[in-house]
Amino acid sequence: MSISIASIIKKSGPFAHSSNSVQKTMFTVLLALAPATVFNLYLFGWPAIMLFTVTVGSCVAIEAGCLALADRPVKAALGDYSAILTGWLMAMSLPPWAPWWIGVMAAVFAIALAKHSFGGIGQNVFNPAMVGRTVMLISFPVVMTAWVAPHPLFSAGAPGLMDAIAITFGGHMPDTVSAASALGYVKTELSRGIPVTESIAKVPDLMDMVLGYRAGSLGETSAVLILAGGLFLMFKRIISWHIPLSVMGGVFLMGAIFHAVDPARYASGMFHLVSGATFLGAFFIATDYVTSPVTKKGQLIFGLGCGVLIWLIRTFAGYPEGVAFAVLLMNGLAPIIDQYTRPRAFGRNSKGEPLPLVKEKP
Amino acid sequence: MKLFPILGGIHPDYRKERTSEKAIVAMPMPATLYIPLQQHIGAPAEVLVAEGDLVRKGQMIARNQGTVSASQHAPTSGRIKAVTEVAAPHPSGLPQMTIVLESDGKDEWADLPEPIADPFTADMHTINDRVAQSGIVGMGGAAFPSAIKLNLGEQKKLEILLLNGAECEPYLTCDDRVMREYPDEIIDGARIMAHALGTPRIVIAIEQNKPQAIGIMTKAASAFPEIRVVGVPVQYPMGSERHLVQAITGRETPARKLTADLGVVVHNVSTTRAVHHAVRFGRPLVARVVTVSGGAIREPNNVLTPIGTLVSDLVEFCGGFAVRPESVVNGGPMMGQPLPSLDVPVVKGTSGILALTAEEINDSQTSSCIRCGNCVTVCPCGLSPIDMASFIRKDKLDGAAKLGVMDCFSCGSCSWVCPSHIPLVHYFNYAKGALNDLERERSKGDRVKIFVESRTVRLERAAEAKRATLAARKPASDNAAPGNAAEAKPAPTTEEKANA
Repeated sequence: MSISIASIIKKSGPFAHSSNSVQKTMFTVLLALAPATVFNLYLFGWPAIMLFTVTVGSCVAIEAGCLALADRPVKAALGDYSAILTGWLMAMSLPPWAPWWIGVMAAVFAIALAKHSFGGIGQNVFNPAMVGRTVMLISFPVVMTAWVAPHPLFSAGAPGLMDAIAITFGGHMPDTVSAASALGYVKTELSRGIPVTESIAKVPDLMDMVLGYRAGSLGETSAVLILAGGLFLMFKRIISWHIPLSVMGGVFLMGAIFHAVDPARYASGMFHLVSGATFLGAFFIATDYVTSPVTKKGQLIFGLGCGVLIWLIRTFAGYPEGVAFAVLLMNGLAPIIDQYTRPRAFGRNSKGEPLPLVKEKP
Repeated sequence: MKLFPILGGIHPDYRKERTSEKAIVAMPMPATLYIPLQQHIGAPAEVLVAEGDLVRKGQMIARNQGTVSASQHAPTSGRIKAVTEVAAPHPSGLPQMTIVLESDGKDEWADLPEPIADPFTADMHTINDRVAQSGIVGMGGAAFPSAIKLNLGEQKKLEILLLNGAECEPYLTCDDRVMREYPDEIIDGARIMAHALGTPRIVIAIEQNKPQAIGIMTKAASAFPEIRVVGVPVQYPMGSERHLVQAITGRETPARKLTADLGVVVHNVSTTRAVHHAVRFGRPLVARVVTVSGGAIREPNNVLTPIGTLVSDLVEFCGGFAVRPESVVNGGPMMGQPLPSLDVPVVKGTSGILALTAEEINDSQTSSCIRCGNCVTVCPCGLSPIDMASFIRKDKLDGAAKLGVMDCFSCGSCSWVCPSHIPLVHYFNYAKGALNDLERERSKGDRVKIFVESRTVRLERAAEAKRATLAARKPASDNAAPGNAAEAKPAPTTEEKANA
């Protein structure tokens, strides 16, 4: 008996594949972000929920538009969740009560400019979410630094649904609710000549900052939930420890060293670690596959570079927060880092020459 | 025994339980066998029989020719029906010269060579000649003629004979079963080979997912102090020769060298058993154990299969297909080759025939690379598949070569792990083929150059000789001498690569 199977050779081996997929990877990251997101949406109420929805929705819509323009399969590509993730991360980096058009414009810059003009998923040099945020920050510095104190949903003084529509879509930011983020406050005070030691005493204590009850973007508050999400990603082996640890190590070490030298001028390493978007940056932004190096050695260099730059920007530059700038700068270096950190091939030295044959003494 | 880590690697679903508890069964002799002249790395064997000849089991029907080659023997008694071209068990399905043997149903042995009475006092050449004469090749899949590897003892000082019982490919259990059922034959074969090679030690490496085999082999080896049975970690591709040597000795075989340069020779456990048969009974390699498995096979099994059996006959013996397979693979799922048809023969290197369903293969549409770097992390050769692939996509083969694509042995770990299902190994196989072609062209060019140059030299010398003759005005009786000496020798073309 002969059974012809001539028609079924489609591809060479291997004839086994892991259950890994792009979709699964992205979905796991979304899952890891979910607890911190839900908590923060609760903390900042309806306006935050609206901005979040607008930002993610815009990203997906623009992604679909770009794919259609490029004549690529829209439905299949949207199914990889990458646009949702970009929108999600970007929404978490915006002031929670920012007007709707901030979300939409950020989405245009993130998806159309940073992602699709480079060729779509996997091709972009710079982290799309951070490009979106950074362009907005430079273009609209006032709106982008209008932080509010937490107004938990259904609590007294929290905006109701109608107030929220007015805030997000009508641009009616109530004057009374603004608050400075810890980093911003310390920086402003320092510029007025008030030493860090004094100003830091007035910001929420470190424990509050860790738990998240403070002003800031969605992703900046609640370090502990972000940390939990990051650890979950490590547990699921979506990310390795290399980038998060080196980012945090870089920030902490720079902070600690300079704090030891002059505590009046420089905030402590711990303050830098738990304030701002350090954790979000370390676990969710800098670890973006596409824009970080592929080798472990390269990831350590990349992360350390991010950490040091974050501290430098926070301490010496005009902006109080530096995660987005630091990550974008290091994104630009990632291809070069990759070139110089290729692993050594089996049986060869780092230059690619065959290893010398050394006789081992028995 | 202290073990050493190897780089990268993956942990695929092994799915060995489908056949691991099934004892080896011999399949009935098929009516017709198809014995290709080339079942090994090297030159095809030279046919010794013609249509109509009657042969008996174990009779040599094709003789090895050239330095790297192996003989073929009749797997049963019968009549030669034809010597003709038949589709090869290779993805191309290209025809290959094959001896077609019609079984007479008697399965009568030919007069076999005498057993070597005491192999442990025999000269190494006696043993190597017997192995060569018996057509034994590496049975782990590479099918490199074993006698050549046994000759390494003559050129190099060897320390360890390493028996590869890792069987790291998913599904395959043929080596596991052979180790469990014929431990003494393996160990006897190994001791004979160690004697021929001059290695004082034998290490038998078995992946820890085969505890019974480890136990049985340890017990069988306990009488021989020179033998160590070692359980190695379950980590694909542990069974790769160079990686296994690293795991056992901690030493990394330099690129373009052989493990023998480190004093270690690696042989598959089933090969060792074939050596035992050849030396002790004079029986050549005419059958092998094949794991027939995969979700589409009705009755997965370990089958003692005569060489030359059609895959269709073997599949039928295992109950045929329960469902239509997505792919039929010759070998393991990681490094095996897809078969173009079931009408191809089982050869000496066939360790498995897998009929796999789409769910088992779990492939899907290729999407864009998201630079996750998993391929770099898992590559056991320390290469950067992501970068090599992007060079190859643009047909910049030199760039890929610079990154070491020729060092890739196509273990498939990168393709397995890729979340975008990019067929990385496919790219690398293409690049290796194309680069080898370029290399051949270049060496051909070099050869032509040598011919041309030597011709010029020859003509010049002839002219000079003529002038000298004319000048001396003597009869030119000694004219030709210099010319012949300048006859060009072809440059060595390919680097011999023992056991990929």
